[in-house]
Amino acid sequence: MPTVTLAAPDDFDGWRDAARALVAGSVPPSQVTWTVAGEAGDLLGGDSALPPATAPSFSVPKAFIDMARRVVCNAEPERFALLHAALAQLRTRPKLLEDTADRLVNRLYLLDKGVRRDVHKMRAFVRFREVEDPGLPYGDERFAAWFEPEHHIVRLNAGFFVRRFAQMRWSILTPEQCVHWDTQELSFTPGAVKADAPDGDPIEATWKTYYAHIFNPARLKVNAMTKEMPKKYWKNLPEASLIPDLIAGAAERTRGMIATPSRDAAPAGAIAELRAEAAVCTRCALYGPATQTVFGEGPADARLMFVGEQPGDQEDLAGRPFIGPAGQVFDRALAAAGIERSSTYVTNAVKHFKFEPRGKRRIHAKPGTAEIDACRWWVDNERLAIKPAVTVALGATAARSLTGKTVTISKERGRPLPLPDGSELWITVHPSFLLRIEDRTQAEAEFERFVADLQAIRERVAALA
Amino acid sequence: MAHLDTRAKLAILADAAKYDASCASSGTAKRNSVGGKGLGSTEGSGICHSYAPDGRCISLLKILLTNSCIFDCHYCINRRSSNVRRAKFTVDEVVRLTLSFYKRNYIEGLFLSSGIIGSSNYTMEAMVRVARTLRLDHDFRGYIHLKSIPDADPALLDQAALYADRLSINVELPTVEGLGKLAPEKDAVRIRTAMSGLKAGIAENKEARAKYRSAPKFAPAGQSTQMIVGADAADDSAVVASASSLYGKFGLRRVYYSAFSPIPDASAVLPLVQPPLMREHRLYQADWLMRFYGFGVAEVQGATDDGMLPLDIDPKTAWALKHREQFPMDVNLAPREHLLRVPGLGVKAVNAVLRARRQRRLSLADIGRLTRGIEKLRPFLIASDWRPVALAERDDLRPRLVKAERSQLELFG
Repeated sequence: MPTVTLAAPDDFDGWRDAARALVAGSVPPSQVTWTVAGEAGDLLGGDSALPPATAPSFSVPKAFIDMARRVVCNAEPERFALLHAALAQLRTRPKLLEDTADRLVNRLYLLDKGVRRDVHKMRAFVRFREVEDPGLPYGDERFAAWFEPEHHIVRLNAGFFVRRFAQMRWSILTPEQCVHWDTQELSFTPGAVKADAPDGDPIEATWKTYYAHIFNPARLKVNAMTKEMPKKYWKNLPEASLIPDLIAGAAERTRGMIATPSRDAAPAGAIAELRAEAAVCTRCALYGPATQTVFGEGPADARLMFVGEQPGDQEDLAGRPFIGPAGQVFDRALAAAGIERSSTYVTNAVKHFKFEPRGKRRIHAKPGTAEIDACRWWVDNERLAIKPAVTVALGATAARSLTGKTVTISKERGRPLPLPDGSELWITVHPSFLLRIEDRTQAEAEFERFVADLQAIRERVAALA
Repeated sequence: MAHLDTRAKLAILADAAKYDASCASSGTAKRNSVGGKGLGSTEGSGICHSYAPDGRCISLLKILLTNSCIFDCHYCINRRSSNVRRAKFTVDEVVRLTLSFYKRNYIEGLFLSSGIIGSSNYTMEAMVRVARTLRLDHDFRGYIHLKSIPDADPALLDQAALYADRLSINVELPTVEGLGKLAPEKDAVRIRTAMSGLKAGIAENKEARAKYRSAPKFAPAGQSTQMIVGADAADDSAVVASASSLYGKFGLRRVYYSAFSPIPDASAVLPLVQPPLMREHRLYQADWLMRFYGFGVAEVQGATDDGMLPLDIDPKTAWALKHREQFPMDVNLAPREHLLRVPGLGVKAVNAVLRARRQRRLSLADIGRLTRGIEKLRPFLIASDWRPVALAERDDLRPRLVKAERSQLELFG
């Protein structure tokens, strides 16, 4: 019984030469034993007499050669014999391969599919890790990966990694064979163990962050995941260690997503809830140095709402809006205009005090647009909860918060502007502007103008009632 | 804004991207990094490098440049009035993340989307800058998908197409009315104008490349879009009609359907119940029927019950059950377009049947070797050794077929 011993488990050329000679010599496939050097079957021996290679060569479809090149890499011991049998049949039935429903062709097709799948999984699941290599000049990178293929595909698959990472120095270690690329040449070495590969890479933490956050817990589909990423691969995928916790927490997180109350139409009485939530707001960096959130105050059914700029030093400590020097000017102007502060809702565009520490003092700093925009969420919701007939923007920051754009106060003051919800916006100066005017006569004139604005607003609120 | 490190931003900006279903990285021109200065390759079909527990393939680094947005679309977690933490990547941060993930073989490339900050042009320009930096400064040859901002200057979209493999513009909702209600600031006409602009650009480029091989490639993987299903009242009939008209008008490669997912802090306009994920799956199957199986829109609509595709059986089976008179079909005689209508026979199997039957007559066992199983096929097929007389006449076929279809785990159905 002829025995053919091939040099390696993926020795396609060896198989082709032997099979061609056997078919040309009309040796029936059932009588041939195929073995690989170093594998168990090799020891049984036998007469490895092949027919002389003088027999004329013959041609087979290219599709068969392409498939055989892959099938040879399958771990199935029968692969060489099955290919040999197909080759023998091809001489009399050249279209054999087109009949994929045929038992033998179907078997080869499935072996081929197994190899192609393994090749694909290796391309997908190899995870390179950066290797420290003191021998290299600074800046040169070197990467290594550990992978455990199911079939003998390392050589077959090397080209893909060369094409993709042509300028990168890399190695892929596997139990059977290792492949290395130095940006010029491929080389192969015998198998390795996992400990030979690096066991971590600083960027892995970042990758895991991405993996955890791109997962939508409302769409948990564990079967779909394990179908494409079977558990046998998990042990070599850094992100896979997160899977159990992500699955376990998914239902809870989804409930949380749905249970979060809708904010677009805050119900009456919601202002207290908003205030409680705002107390722990971290939407922008201002919460860090500030003492506390200074939320708006006033009756939940106020018809008139004032929006200032931001709390100052005293407001930050007391946790209440408009109580410092500017607040006192504001109170005086309200009284002069005949408005009861206690009937209005008073708040700020930005809820945390922004300042620059100077010695022992905290100097007021103007909020930036990012801070105004971050905080606008609260202002919008305060307005939704209170539903004032008239909202007054005190100064440019408040005007920016309420309109979303930069506004020139001198151009817009003294007349109503429509807001998207149908209510009215009035824009006037901020009381602290009055404090900064040094010329006394001018300061008084500006104060009167401010009072006049407030009076017009008072009349408008009464008219809207 | 707080100063966040790249990892903290990644957490926020990947979170913001997780509601977008599309992640394909296939269908572009073949490229590799041999002879280049950078890295990357594309070989036609994309690779899924990981899978999330939601069953979706992770092929690209899918992130937003920023989740700040001047728009207030009700279905969107990033809308202006939403209470989410905001972050913004610099161009350089996105480039570095993409390259370092790619070098470790975590991804096939980048899928960059963004909330709109400043203006549409400002935002689009920043996205183009990311792609240009990757391509020109780093000679990156992996996949790049940019989500275009429809309001941006067409010249910017043209630039984007020079660097990106694929561009997409979201139509967002199946109907113009739905868009008006849920995304009042988005303009259906502008979205469609941008799509037709891209279509023209792609066609022009094809012509140019036929004449001059050196003409630069323009969005070689074409354009795609996404619509949200279940957020408005549009039924499946309306969704497939809308998709089919989009394919026809704008030459789209793909229409992605994304079952409306509950988002934290949802707008009051939205339903709180989630449409079953199965509905999304059925729509994808219906999409395939139109693209690969020769079904017309009206035929897919005919498979629905009052406008909705059945959830318990696939659309092709639903269609077949309503057209029992056309079955059983003879595997050894029926033409290709008829075989494609047999439930359980895919395009690959039909092609294999056609090749094999030139040589011999096929039995039921032969068909079994070409498909996932013959249980579902039996009532619809005639083979050399099989004729389903009794089965095909049965009235209770549907429950039997439901059992044959592999049931899928639905946790939140």
